[in-house]
Amino acid sequence: MRTGGIYRFKLFVTGMSITSVRAIENIKRICEKYIPNNYELEIIDIHKNPTTLTEYDIIACPTLVKLSPGDLKKMLGDLSNEDKVLSGLGILKEGRERNIN
Amino acid sequence: MIKKSEKHRFSSPTVLEKSPSGIAGLDEITEGGLPKGRPTLICGGAGCGKTLFGMQFLVKGITEYNEPGVFMSFEEPTEDLEKNMISLGFDIKKLAAQKKLKIDHVMVERSEIEETGEYDLEGLFIRLGHAIDSIGAKRVVLDTIESLFAGLTNTSILRAELRRLFHWLKHKGVTAIITGERGESSFTRQGLEEYVSDCVILLDFRVIDQISTRRLRIVKYRGSTHGTNEYPFLIDEQGVSVFPITSLRLDHEVSDKIVSTGIKKLDDMFSRGGYFQGSSILISGTAGTAKTTLASYFAQETCQRGGKTLFFAFEESPNQLIRNMSSIGIDLKAYVDKGLLQIHSSRPTLYGLEMHLLTLNKLIKDFKPKSVIIDPISNLVSIGNEREVSSFLVRLIDLLKVNNITALFTSLTQQNINAFNEQTEESISSLVDTWITVRDVEGIGERNRGLFILKARGMGHSNQVREFLIKDEGIDLLELEIGPEGMLTGSARGEFQKTQSVQKLRKQKQVESKDREIERKRKILDANIHAMQTEFESVVEELNKLEIEEQELKKKIPSPLKSKKR
Repeated sequence: MRTGGIYRFKLFVTGMSITSVRAIENIKRICEKYIPNNYELEIIDIHKNPTTLTEYDIIACPTLVKLSPGDLKKMLGDLSNEDKVLSGLGILKEGRERNIN
Repeated sequence: MIKKSEKHRFSSPTVLEKSPSGIAGLDEITEGGLPKGRPTLICGGAGCGKTLFGMQFLVKGITEYNEPGVFMSFEEPTEDLEKNMISLGFDIKKLAAQKKLKIDHVMVERSEIEETGEYDLEGLFIRLGHAIDSIGAKRVVLDTIESLFAGLTNTSILRAELRRLFHWLKHKGVTAIITGERGESSFTRQGLEEYVSDCVILLDFRVIDQISTRRLRIVKYRGSTHGTNEYPFLIDEQGVSVFPITSLRLDHEVSDKIVSTGIKKLDDMFSRGGYFQGSSILISGTAGTAKTTLASYFAQETCQRGGKTLFFAFEESPNQLIRNMSSIGIDLKAYVDKGLLQIHSSRPTLYGLEMHLLTLNKLIKDFKPKSVIIDPISNLVSIGNEREVSSFLVRLIDLLKVNNITALFTSLTQQNINAFNEQTEESISSLVDTWITVRDVEGIGERNRGLFILKARGMGHSNQVREFLIKDEGIDLLELEIGPEGMLTGSARGEFQKTQSVQKLRKQKQVESKDREIERKRKILDANIHAMQTEFESVVEELNKLEIEEQELKKKIPSPLKSKKR
């Protein structure tokens, strides 16, 4: 699962809506906790950049797109379910392994 | 297609405004089109033409009503759509390049999506809103939005968002078509009809007796009256067209013009010298009685006058028909080449009756023929029951009459049941204006063809049963020949004519011999007279001789009286 590469994310949000703010807070927290200094996060306001929606085929908001490492993955929602986010991003396993070791 | 005058009828503020759908025939059923500025739900099973319906709505909107449109596809990628639509005559790539049409393919891939909490579909709204605003779209198609349910698991969010989406579309003022897959107990799998409640159109693709027909029904149209029947519709290279059968009325104009039957002697059997233009003619008869030939004559006649003819051959292929007719001197090929004659051959079982009617309707609209020939109409019975066939015929004949097209049908009848096939004959007899029957006249070991006119509305006609022959140079109607036992045909006619001439000859001979006898008698008489005269003359001569002798005797003997005096 680990390719050693840097985690690259794009987070699509709608202005400062409650779910968007929550999603930004959550992803930042998760990244700092599990992959500190090993990620790039770009936050995109879809109202300002509607064309990027087609590019990444986004319909829901907020959506977190993981571009690398591994396959492209989309996380819908405010990212409040941390387990799901981690398994979706392929981070959880690594974190557990670390804990066991 | 909506006419300008009709458009005005809907422009008053009290009446729901409608947006012409661009689908031939649908606007007549909906009385003007789809509700303007509102979403319409089109639902149906797989492969019933939903996507095409939507695409045609957009393309025609652009090309005919100058209303740009957005097509949001949840199923087919843009490239596939482009390919599929070009085969139906819609060049959507070109329209997209002209910024009249925008296609957005939304793909929701379950495998790459993880739902991690609350979300909304604002992304979809913005995408759609952006697409609409970028080209000033008036029409929107969402095809098929239910695919979202396959990609996203949180249906409560989805439902709430869809409800919001449809409100938002209404608010935007775009006329939208939303397609939905037919559900088992509801119109759509996800019950979209709950949200889109202004207009619901149901498409259906049914197979009955191995014949499939596409049908359309307007389930609901809020704020408007609409046709409630199931209407058959057709998908061909020009897209979707619906045939609103009930819109036909019996108020067409009638013509007083006469068209020839194509056979001079047959014309003479009608007091006006042919058929009325725009009337319907039935030629019924048993197998092999030259129904097709008579029909071909009429086709030839129409073409010769420069009128177009549409020939539906349900038994023969165009080439076969052309070949067979050329054998009796009818050159159909020349008219086909000139574009005056179109021969359409198909098996009746190719599709349902409604479809046949629809095809016909389309061809009539496109080709604008003066005459239509259907050979034979009785074959259609094989694909429908009695009721269907009769309703089909009524509509067909009405359709042709409304267009002032002279229609000639042939009908194959059974030999045994009074020479009439009940199904077709009964249903058609009251509809046709002229009815010619051709039949076999059987006797003395041979069959001959006889023709008579059963009825001819609006004109007198001959009551004779005329025998006709098919020769290399064409059909020939023979004069009526009545023998001691009725009408004579074929070799009986020949026999009769021969006997008659023999009798005539014999009579002549008799007269001649009588003449000779009289002559002889006269000669004998003359001879007798002569002989008698000679006899008489000899008697007279003898008498004279005696008289002379007597006088001489008297001279020799002197008279005693004379001497006494001295």
